[in-house]
Amino acid sequence: MDVEILSRIQFAFTISFHYIYPPLSIGLGLLLVFFEGMYLKTKNKMYEQLTRFWIKIFALTFGIGVATGIVMEFEFGTNWATYSRYVGDIFGSALAAEGLFAFALESGFLGILLFGWNRVSPKVHFISTIGVFLGSMFSAVWIVVANSWQQTPTGYHVVGEGMNARAEIVDFWAMVFNPSSVDRVLHVWVGAFLAGAFLVLSVHAYYLLKNRHIELSKKGFKIALAVATFFSLFQLFLGHRSAEIVAEHQPAKLAAMEGHFDTLAPGDLYLFGWVDKEEKKVTGVGIPGGLSFMTHFDFEAPIKGLDAFPEDEQPSAVNAVFQFYHLMVAIGMALIGLTLFASFQWWRGKLFERKWLLSVFVFAVILPQLANQFGWFAAEMGRQPWVVYGLLRTSDALSATVTANQVLFSLIMFTIIYVLLFGLFIYLLNKKIKHGPDDLQLKESRPMQKEITDVLTKN
Amino acid sequence: MATFLGIDYPTLWFLVVGAVFSGYAILDGFDLGAGAMHLFFKKDQSRRIALNAVGPVWDGNEVWLVIGGGTLFAGFPVLYASLLSAMYIPFMLFLLFIILRAISIEFRSKEEMKWWRRMWDTSYSFSSIMLGFLLGVVLGNVLQGMPLNENYEFTGNWLSFLNPFAILTGLTTLALMTMHGGIYLYIKTEGKLFDKVERLVKVAIGIFVVLFLAVSAYALTTYPNLSDKFLSQPILFLVPLLAVLSIANVPRLVTKQRFRRAFLFSALTFSFLLITVAIELYPTLIFATNETKNSIDVYNAAASEKSLGIMLIMVAIGAPLAVTYTAFVYRAFWGKVKMDETSY
Repeated sequence: MDVEILSRIQFAFTISFHYIYPPLSIGLGLLLVFFEGMYLKTKNKMYEQLTRFWIKIFALTFGIGVATGIVMEFEFGTNWATYSRYVGDIFGSALAAEGLFAFALESGFLGILLFGWNRVSPKVHFISTIGVFLGSMFSAVWIVVANSWQQTPTGYHVVGEGMNARAEIVDFWAMVFNPSSVDRVLHVWVGAFLAGAFLVLSVHAYYLLKNRHIELSKKGFKIALAVATFFSLFQLFLGHRSAEIVAEHQPAKLAAMEGHFDTLAPGDLYLFGWVDKEEKKVTGVGIPGGLSFMTHFDFEAPIKGLDAFPEDEQPSAVNAVFQFYHLMVAIGMALIGLTLFASFQWWRGKLFERKWLLSVFVFAVILPQLANQFGWFAAEMGRQPWVVYGLLRTSDALSATVTANQVLFSLIMFTIIYVLLFGLFIYLLNKKIKHGPDDLQLKESRPMQKEITDVLTKN
Repeated sequence: MATFLGIDYPTLWFLVVGAVFSGYAILDGFDLGAGAMHLFFKKDQSRRIALNAVGPVWDGNEVWLVIGGGTLFAGFPVLYASLLSAMYIPFMLFLLFIILRAISIEFRSKEEMKWWRRMWDTSYSFSSIMLGFLLGVVLGNVLQGMPLNENYEFTGNWLSFLNPFAILTGLTTLALMTMHGGIYLYIKTEGKLFDKVERLVKVAIGIFVVLFLAVSAYALTTYPNLSDKFLSQPILFLVPLLAVLSIANVPRLVTKQRFRRAFLFSALTFSFLLITVAIELYPTLIFATNETKNSIDVYNAAASEKSLGIMLIMVAIGAPLAVTYTAFVYRAFWGKVKMDETSY
């Protein structure tokens, strides 16, 4: 295999693995703000228990997110040196802003969030929780802005030629608010809220089924269900907005998402299907002219198809883009159905009697994770063969000096260490869930601190 | 060219990057150093205390690395691209050990079995050692320069990063961090463990001073690009001299039980050494050993003036904020290690 494909596999693998964790941190951060806010408001110890339990899980997702995030930052330079030079002015400033504004905020307050419960006042602790949550949201802003610039570049001009060409900022705010960034940031945020909310739903549904921590789990489940219902519906709106922007600015990607080839024909909207790129047709079930209607409110309007682009400017994996995009949409719809149904049962007062529904929620945790992954796959594969849309090809973005063997070495290394890391994650997550929320009364009567201090001084 | 206080933007950004990496070296330096001496503590309880001394802060310290990487990428994209792709293997190993170390810290105290704890203690300490060493190796390669083509791409052999000078700087960096980590543990420990740390720090100081002299002699005699400024302006030797004086001050302060001040001087040693490095290099960043005109310097590596200007404003807003939170956290956790249910 050549350097390009190996580097792409490595990047896809490391970013997908990384992206399991930040959405969980952002989503759990939001839930923690609600839980701790309820605790401060009601002084009900149960909310304290709930908050402290979820802080432990948050710590786990956050820690792995940081470790795998450092990998991402270095990989731009190690594997994509030409890309790094090309976008340094733009991507670099977004990364610097992330580090200075988001990461410093997040990590600064993290110590207090994790270890400060007995050391600072409840108010200061709550401020720290909000600080960490906002930090993780800002992180997402800068990274998605940088990625959106790669999808819909604005506010730059190109200087130099060939290997030395690079995009330089001419208008910082035009770069930040490029046509797709606002909608994509919101889309990513809400995807993250759903990932976090469904983890909370899953764990508390599990406890309810096992008859453990009943009262606390009911409280946690209801808050998370409200969050999940609201944001599943909101995501439908945001997803539609994102698709409209793709339609306007990245027609080749839109065409790939629906497997649309003929520029003179109206575009169909598929529920599911299979794209045959050779035959230029889709076999599946859909609404004829639906895509035209969604973009132009006219079933007859022609949509620019893949035929309008030269062969070397079309995404090569059209069927994959189609499938990932449709799976994401299908999961989004399933989440809406599931949360609306559960909310209806809640309203009728029967939510916790429906055991089968709770069982569904135990496993539904995987759905928003998959939707987040698939959505990114569609977005990134749909942008190919470009790394910066219309400006820089992925095949030109590599490090000239790095050989296939070196990348193979690092790819194997990452595979091994990430398997270990994922094992750790599952092991610790399972252990924390099995252990459950601490009973606060019991804890406080234990002379743990003093015993250990004695050991320390006699040591 | 735009300037601020008479200094042009690329030079200012060089100072920013330098300051962030000094911050990183000082902060992650002590937790890596504490990790490097971890296996010298024999009792499980001692190891837990040593681990929990860095427990609340180690991942916050690594954030400085993320910020450092970001400022380097943003300010000097050409350097970032060339250096990281040239040092592919050391950086990949660095990432491996960063993750392995995090895994070890998390796993270690989760099970009681002796073999379990011994295994994770070993991987924790080994990865800490390797991280300190690899940082030094990269620094050594930057100092001595490397062959570059006219696009500033590395043209040397992938294994050439492992040369005698780089190995020597790697070991020197490791010794410095170990000393620094030990001094941090002074503040955090009591009793017999404290006595043990004290003995280890003295050894580390001795090893560091010897290695530092060796590395300096090597650089001055072998690499004219590193020695020319110092030889033409001997007054500059004051800076490395200050570094040595700062180290010499440490055992004295420890004897007087002034641990915080000892830590401050240990941190100052890092700063003086990195200032030495900055003086040696500036304005060059990577000297091209094959063709001087291919060298990467702060001007040909810099982002556009506009971008640097925007980012300098960000630093002016962001840096004071970051320092404030960091100080806030350290204040909340100041003092000897006390275990509670949130400990590792």
